[in-house]
Amino acid sequence: MAYVAIADRDHEIEHHDPTTFITKYVWSQDHKVIAIQYGVTALFVGLIALILSGMMRLQLGFPNSFSFITPIEYYQFITMHGMIMVIFLLTALFLGGFGNYLIPLMIGARDMVFPYMNMVSYWLYLVSVIILLSSFFVTGGPTGAGWTLYPPQAILPGTPGTDWGIVLMLGSLAVFIVAFTMGGLNYVTTILQARARGMTLMRMPLSLWGIFVATILGLLAFPALFVSAVMMTLDKVAGTSFFMPAIMSMGETLSHEGGSPILFQHLFWFFGHPEVYIVALPAFGLVSDLLSTHARRNIFGYRMMVWAILAIGGLSFIVWAHHMYVSGMNPYFGFFFATTTLIIAVPTAIKVYNWVLTLWKGDIHLNTPMLFAIGFIFTFTHGGLTGIFLGNVVVDLPLSDTYFVVAHFHMVMGVSPILVVFGSIYHWYPKITGKMYNETLGKVHFWLTFLGTYAIYLPMHYLGFLGVPRRYFAMGDTEFIPESAFVLNQSITISALFVGVVQLLFLYNIIVSLKKGKPAGPNPWRATTLEWQTPDTPPKHGNWGDNLPVVHRWAYDYSVPGYHEDFIPQNVSPDEAPVTEEHGPDT
Amino acid sequence: MTITLVLLAIIMATVIGWLLRQSLSSEPWNANDPVENEPGRGVLNIDPAKIGLLSFLAVATSLFALFMSAYMMRMNLGDWRPLTEPNLLWANTAVLVLASFAFQLTRNAATREQLSTVKIGLVAGGLFTTLFLLGQLVAWQQLNAAGYYMTSNPANAFFYLLTALHGLHLLGGMWVWGRTTIRVLSGADVRSVRLSVELCTVYWHYLLLVWIGLFGLLLST
Repeated sequence: MAYVAIADRDHEIEHHDPTTFITKYVWSQDHKVIAIQYGVTALFVGLIALILSGMMRLQLGFPNSFSFITPIEYYQFITMHGMIMVIFLLTALFLGGFGNYLIPLMIGARDMVFPYMNMVSYWLYLVSVIILLSSFFVTGGPTGAGWTLYPPQAILPGTPGTDWGIVLMLGSLAVFIVAFTMGGLNYVTTILQARARGMTLMRMPLSLWGIFVATILGLLAFPALFVSAVMMTLDKVAGTSFFMPAIMSMGETLSHEGGSPILFQHLFWFFGHPEVYIVALPAFGLVSDLLSTHARRNIFGYRMMVWAILAIGGLSFIVWAHHMYVSGMNPYFGFFFATTTLIIAVPTAIKVYNWVLTLWKGDIHLNTPMLFAIGFIFTFTHGGLTGIFLGNVVVDLPLSDTYFVVAHFHMVMGVSPILVVFGSIYHWYPKITGKMYNETLGKVHFWLTFLGTYAIYLPMHYLGFLGVPRRYFAMGDTEFIPESAFVLNQSITISALFVGVVQLLFLYNIIVSLKKGKPAGPNPWRATTLEWQTPDTPPKHGNWGDNLPVVHRWAYDYSVPGYHEDFIPQNVSPDEAPVTEEHGPDT
Repeated sequence: MTITLVLLAIIMATVIGWLLRQSLSSEPWNANDPVENEPGRGVLNIDPAKIGLLSFLAVATSLFALFMSAYMMRMNLGDWRPLTEPNLLWANTAVLVLASFAFQLTRNAATREQLSTVKIGLVAGGLFTTLFLLGQLVAWQQLNAAGYYMTSNPANAFFYLLTALHGLHLLGGMWVWGRTTIRVLSGADVRSVRLSVELCTVYWHYLLLVWIGLFGLLLST
């Protein structure tokens, strides 16, 4: 019995519409509802992490002015801020949120291949979030080990949250990884097997390429975090010595002996570095589509963009030890990892050039999503360039553990992906809700956020050059830190609090526009990709009404010479859209 | 990390190689490109459930490989005292081979739609697997009785951890096996369970392979 593709037996598959409120909105198996559940949960925890960063900045800008921030709380805020932002906000939002919403719609499918598993994935994610947040309410509070959770300090008394906080953190991560794996298997299988007729891999929008490769990275890299979480839990709870060396703690010799903290670092960063690209690749993909749509121009070098995504994905597994230069290693290893790290700059730079060249001679519409997309090119280039500094062993050694590193990773994987998140939410908001957001508010939100983040992170590079160490609760009287550094810290704090408050504009905009926004129509951006061609806006359960779309062209037919519109949707056949002139990929 | 890197390199090379082959000759910007317009291009001729399972096996490979890498890195540190594996593990291995064999027979019978053989094969496969799991528990007890406690040495801790992880994966498979067996015994059509049987067979073969790898590693060190 030969296998028949899903798109070709659509009429034989029974589609059950959910009937009750519970199956429609709570225990929903519809990818769009799950996407919104993921998105709202992720934004909610992200908001908590944002507030935590504000508290940290209060202490750093105005040390000893706030009695409610002690060193213990400061370290707990750092840890939770980092972990929430990287994993529970960005990973969940890009893959669980955008991945879930866009994959079936963009490939022309009715839903994910395994909808039940998709639902379980969200609920497990929610459980992991609840476990994580519950650590705020247990004895000793959440862990303060830093988001890297390095042993031995992560589980020894003296570090905040070694009673329950660290166990809950590790447990929460383990549950998250199970949730992610369930979602990830779905995304990969759906992209491979549920594409509509004519939707070849090379006709997929770059958003999907980014999400697809990031999911593969996640599936292969998250096990490393799982392994380290399991082994550290055993060290903490069962008293094994996987990572714990012979050690004195609080004047007592502990029963641990011989373990290797470096082993943990290898496992952690074997996950941790691909994680950077698990967040970055979807952002690369989404931003490509935003730029192309709002510049009314085909993406420059589509095939090169795809190969760059694949190359970055492959390379991301052999650079992990550049996070460990200061842990000490064989100089040849350092040389190897510095080289691979710098090589990653090549495909990444190709992408940046292609984004800029896509804008070249484009018919640029500077609306909110486009502003965020262009802002991303700036912040990402900026963060990428400082990455080249840090990738070199000799430059990294003095800069490591200073604010230069904080500035670098916030630019490259904090600000940049978040700008894409905002741009993408504004871009797809009309499809998700059927309403238009308030454009003016959106633009104000962009300019204040964009300029505000520069006011925060540019001075941090300078602090790093001065040698101001990161992770310190307070500088105290330190000879090499001039008075100006303290003034700068105050200015950074004020900017950070300002940018934090500005995000209320965004929340206000997306919540109020639900009711008061103007009807958006099915395709307000005049975009080519399939999600804008659905019969209903917002798309109903099953997405496509009676017939699945058939795809005839790639996702970037903008401003095709000789055609009366400046875009040709992917489901328009060459017969319906006769093009009089030949056009190449980059004309 | 060598093991992990080699296995992941193989997985990545397969994935990326396949994806590159899809893209090298195509001109996606040309709506009339004959390569892009080949019917069914790029959709693998495999049931989605199998793709899902294969992807999961890639995840599991990464997981086991990382544990093995951690084992080999930890092994080189001074306090490592290798343990003597109970001989029972050889018998357990034989039983797991039998389980895999039973599943293969079941799969073949399912393709030929021989209901009675499928029934026998499924029950046998499940019984052998249960026997293997019980055998592993007994091996744990023997080790414990011999004084190889989890906390006394990392070699012991790794032994318990790796066998537990492998056992948990088998238990997960037993869940699917249980549902399939109940359906077959309560008179479902062979064709309706063929896919489940095939998935179980692949999964059992994979876990047999993993066990042989783990057992080899444990024995040789």
